[in-house]
Amino acid sequence: MSPPDTTSDSSAGTAGLAVRLSGVSKVYDSGVAALGPMDLAVKRGEFVSLLGPSGCGKSTALRLIAGLASPTSGTVDVNRGAGDARGTHAIGFVFQEPTLMPWADVAGNVRLPLKLAGMQASEADGRVAAALAQVGLAEFAKSYPRELSGGMKMRVSLARALVTDPDILLMDEPFAALDEITRFRLNNDLLALWRDLRKTVIFVTHSVFESVYLSQRVLVMSARPGRIAAEFRIDAPERGEEFRTSAEYAGFCRNVSAALAPAYEGQGA
Amino acid sequence: MSSEPLAPVQAKRGQASPLRVLLPILVLILGLVAWELVVRLNDIQPYVLPGPWLVLTTMVADWGVLWDSLLVTLLTTLEGFIFAAVGGIALALLFNQSRLLEYSLFPYAVVLQVTPVIAIAPLLLIYLPQQTAVVVCAWIVAFFPVLANTTLGLNSVDRNLAGLFQLYHASPLQTLRYLKLPAALPYILGGLRIAGGLSLIGAVVAEIAAGSAGAGSGLAYRIAESGYRLNIPRMFAALLLLSVAGIVIYALLALVSHLVLRRWHESALGKES
Repeated sequence: MSPPDTTSDSSAGTAGLAVRLSGVSKVYDSGVAALGPMDLAVKRGEFVSLLGPSGCGKSTALRLIAGLASPTSGTVDVNRGAGDARGTHAIGFVFQEPTLMPWADVAGNVRLPLKLAGMQASEADGRVAAALAQVGLAEFAKSYPRELSGGMKMRVSLARALVTDPDILLMDEPFAALDEITRFRLNNDLLALWRDLRKTVIFVTHSVFESVYLSQRVLVMSARPGRIAAEFRIDAPERGEEFRTSAEYAGFCRNVSAALAPAYEGQGA
Repeated sequence: MSSEPLAPVQAKRGQASPLRVLLPILVLILGLVAWELVVRLNDIQPYVLPGPWLVLTTMVADWGVLWDSLLVTLLTTLEGFIFAAVGGIALALLFNQSRLLEYSLFPYAVVLQVTPVIAIAPLLLIYLPQQTAVVVCAWIVAFFPVLANTTLGLNSVDRNLAGLFQLYHASPLQTLRYLKLPAALPYILGGLRIAGGLSLIGAVVAEIAAGSAGAGSGLAYRIAESGYRLNIPRMFAALLLLSVAGIVIYALLALVSHLVLRRWHESALGKES
């Protein structure tokens, strides 16, 4: 539980990049230009937020990185590391909705990525239990999704993303639908997990406060087609209730909000 | 926590359930008493309208004949239902794998469904052996709801879950087995529930068509035969047996559906408590 090492850029540099987008754009079949061109480089172990208004293409960027969609132009490079060699998966994806299978219990849902990879049941059992323990749901393994609260469902979704031990965690507004108290708790739990596991996290959100609280770097996106309009480094090693109420945090939020404002101009909202 | 808002609804249902059982029974008793009274007070002859008591005693007296006929009809129904279930689900799976196949064949499945089976039955009886023709009729009627519901179910898979399976490089077979079939299961079971009753109807329609051609031994044939002989009490008894058979088929399929879905699907949750 050591604080994240945000200062030593050199060590992060030698560890290399986890994700690089070069000149990536996406135009949908309907002719809507959703994204870009966009350049993005995320270092290994870095926690980066993509912040922007609804419909600015930030989710599209995430889907491109995940390989769920292909770019119209430009290249998407994902450093898959040893992930695929382990017979598991390099990328974990947490959707905006929990996206759980209602017919399977919690353990069954978390087990899915391992089952699809053809892992032996005996080996998978231990991993599922470990992933559930990481998100604090060990005693809910036999529950069904309908029996869980919104926050718990999101934890299951997170456990499922973690179960393959991915190098990169992509999160698409995962906590947007939760109440504030639950969101704060999950924010803290996510930070603790990130400190322990040192995953690369790319976190999409439309909340200025959430992005500043969580990330080392906040990338503010413009309105559609989304481009990166501004970049902020959040140099604060300690994250917690103290940071959330500090003047430093308020200052970061004010600057990020100011950079975000142009994206909302002309939207009439 | 998410189940809390449901609690009052379930409580209301719980209160209403004794009435939901008692009221129909009361209506039944009143109807039977009124029927018996009308027959006795007006001295109506049994070949015009038998009273419920006579129908019941006829059923007991003719039980041997009626029971054998019932088994024949039920066997036809079962065969039609199984072919409809297997064929409907299999064809829906094929349609789901190949759009071209769906576009080519689906209109004809609709044609098969909308053409009244009572009009097809005499034709089938000309070209097919009688027992086969009767089963084919049951199949034709019961097949479409299974096909349509399974197709609907396979197409209503959650998009994000489909994305998740894509992300983890699921093979088409894995996607089918772990995602599409479980997601379609409530729809498939709904289709089967409709198909059970319809295959009985198809069997009866075909038996009546065959019966007027002079052969057959199913329950519907007994009804037609009793009609010719003015044995009206036996007609009623056979009709009663057919309705009971229909109710039992429906209840069995509803029970199966409930048992399969009770742990996770909304449709089954409401019936608990």
